[in-house]
Amino acid sequence: MRRSIAALLGIIGGMLAGAAFIRRQAAHRERADLYFEDGSMLSLTNGSPGAERLLPLARDVIRKTRST
Amino acid sequence: MDAQQALADLTEISSQIHAAVVIDDQGTVAASTIGDSRRSDELAKAAGGLLTAADEIKTGESALTQLEVATGEGSVFVVRSGKTVIAATTGNNPTAGLVFYDLKSAMRTVKPAAKSAAVKKPAVAKRKTATAPKKKTATRKPPTKKKPDAS
Repeated sequence: MRRSIAALLGIIGGMLAGAAFIRRQAAHRERADLYFEDGSMLSLTNGSPGAERLLPLARDVIRKTRST
Repeated sequence: MDAQQALADLTEISSQIHAAVVIDDQGTVAASTIGDSRRSDELAKAAGGLLTAADEIKTGESALTQLEVATGEGSVFVVRSGKTVIAATTGNNPTAGLVFYDLKSAMRTVKPAAKSAAVKKPAVAKRKTATAPKKKTATRKPPTKKKPDAS
């Protein structure tokens, strides 16, 4: 009985850890890449001031296309 | 090519692109994959706002030509050539290089036909003048073969 409860708790804990890991990975993936005429590129990762400004605008664009 | 046809080709070629809109040099919607014109206008405004915000971020003198913003809900791509803009949305983890390539190809076809015709005419004229001297030099070469006389 105790073993089954421990196994169940282990599975639930593993699932929670996995979900947290996936969420963290998804958050890391959020970024903005800007390409300029001279060939230079600026990559703004999530958390930087530029990305914090662009990401909500991009989400707004995506929502406008999805509400069809 | 018509802008609407260019977008139709774009969505047919690239399965990653969910929606796209072409904004002309006057800031109005030239073509859209969304049927509703009001929502297309809203999308164009939102994409224009994104581009304006990105323009303000730039650090150097060089102009911003394209951008990708990847979010948890999907990605937004914007390509600009002069004042013409194509904005497109994709799902998560798109192949950015391919999407940019397809958007640039669509941009080339969206460009006004009058401009391309004006550019093509001088190019044809130049080719004719450029090929003429080559023929002359080619015909002059045979007389230089004086090997039989030398031997």
